[in-house]
Amino acid sequence: MEQFAFYLFSVLTIGLFLVTVLSNNVLYAMTSLAAGMVIISGFFFILGADFLGVVQLIVYVGAVMALYSFGMMFFDATREIKEKNTNAYLVFFLGGMIALLLVVMFSAPIAGEGIVAMYPTPEGANNPQAVGLVLFTKYLVPFEVAAVMLLVAMIAGIILAGKKMDNSLTTKDENHEEEMTFSLKDVR
Amino acid sequence: MDALIIETVVKAIVVLLVISALAGFGTYLERKVLAFMQRRLGPMHVGPFGLLQILADGIKLFTKEDIVPQHANRLIFMVAPAITAATAFIALAAVPLFPEFTLFGYTIRPIVADLNVGILFVLGAMASGLYGPLLAGMAQANKWGIIGSARTAILFLSYEVVTGLSILAPIMIVGSLSLIDFNNAQAGGIGDWMVWQQPVAFVLFLIAGFAETNRTPFDLLEHEAEVISGYATEYSGMRWGMFFIGEYANMITISFVASLVFVGGFNPIGFIPGFLAIILKVSFFFFLMLWVRASWPHVRPDQLMWLCWKVLMPITIVNILITGIVLL
Repeated sequence: MEQFAFYLFSVLTIGLFLVTVLSNNVLYAMTSLAAGMVIISGFFFILGADFLGVVQLIVYVGAVMALYSFGMMFFDATREIKEKNTNAYLVFFLGGMIALLLVVMFSAPIAGEGIVAMYPTPEGANNPQAVGLVLFTKYLVPFEVAAVMLLVAMIAGIILAGKKMDNSLTTKDENHEEEMTFSLKDVR
Repeated sequence: MDALIIETVVKAIVVLLVISALAGFGTYLERKVLAFMQRRLGPMHVGPFGLLQILADGIKLFTKEDIVPQHANRLIFMVAPAITAATAFIALAAVPLFPEFTLFGYTIRPIVADLNVGILFVLGAMASGLYGPLLAGMAQANKWGIIGSARTAILFLSYEVVTGLSILAPIMIVGSLSLIDFNNAQAGGIGDWMVWQQPVAFVLFLIAGFAETNRTPFDLLEHEAEVISGYATEYSGMRWGMFFIGEYANMITISFVASLVFVGGFNPIGFIPGFLAIILKVSFFFFLMLWVRASWPHVRPDQLMWLCWKVLMPITIVNILITGIVLL
């Protein structure tokens, strides 16, 4: 049963991500990306890591939704997009090499000695508790550093985007229109 | 193993059928309640008190021509309504609907999949349901549709953070993500209800829930006066009906989650048995959604974003901080 589910999810994931890479249509590409992300959470559920599966679902659903809004702004979703391919062989070669490198990196420990759980789940702890225990004991410092990095990124984002935040574009009245166009020019 | 699979399949089919039927009945209730609040009669002509109106609407939806616009992306256009309907029912799979009961000597637990991260699963599945309107709007080669899907993205990016953070404080108190544990933590009668400990989180969760199901103060996806019908402009027949069923199933799911997390779930209140108690609570929340629809105007997209990020999110964070300090 589990094996059947695993192979089904594998084929679906690979197929969907292939569509993402090969399709010329924004809508197909992003829909298959979102669907692939959702199906990856199935692997976590098969492994019994319910918490990580749900987190994968929530995080990537939101992330791909933000990508969609960019796609909506930059492309016409119902047309094919002509991609500029300057050197197809180079792209093919580099892509293949990177894929090969990733396979080697991930299979090296398996080929070497087999994977052993360094921090086995404590008895009686359920899924979120097990994740929390490891995060807040062994990996506390990387966890906090990641939090600080996210904070830095957030502040940088606010500063980059928030230059003219105090005049709203949707509620501007006619008198201020001239002023607004000037300020937009300044930004450019 | 086989017994488990058969049981799960039967449960899934029963939930699917009952909730679809309830979604149809919900449209009738909505029209009636709105009519009485606006001093009208509502549907009256088909059957007693207009009750057969549901049937008439169903026949109309099933027999209407299924149109795909000329320049639309056919595949995505046809898949989008199924996403909304399917994710609404997938979310319902992790919700414990009633207390355990025995039928023909066989104990039945009325939950399709008992995950120990139930609440996160429900919210995640409901969030992915918004891909339906988003894709529908982008695939139909219609400007109203594009505006509708842009508003979907705005809605999603606004409410999601409030839902997650407002539910975090009750999770901290209960110490579990399972909806059954939430229910059991409030087993001691009305005094134990989470709403007395977390009134702020309750109100915020309801507000975010209204946005999640795109009910009226926040139904900016399909304002008739502004964007015709938003993402659903080009849809007709059963594909439009699937959006509708999805929306009503989401309303029922949010009502179930709100009553399980905040107002005692399916624990018996005094002489009222558990299953009746939760039906009453869910009906109340459903009624509340119609009540709000009758009394409040729409908000604009930028107002929604302002409300969620500048008002509600700081309140939730302060609420979480205070809860954390008290718990320590």
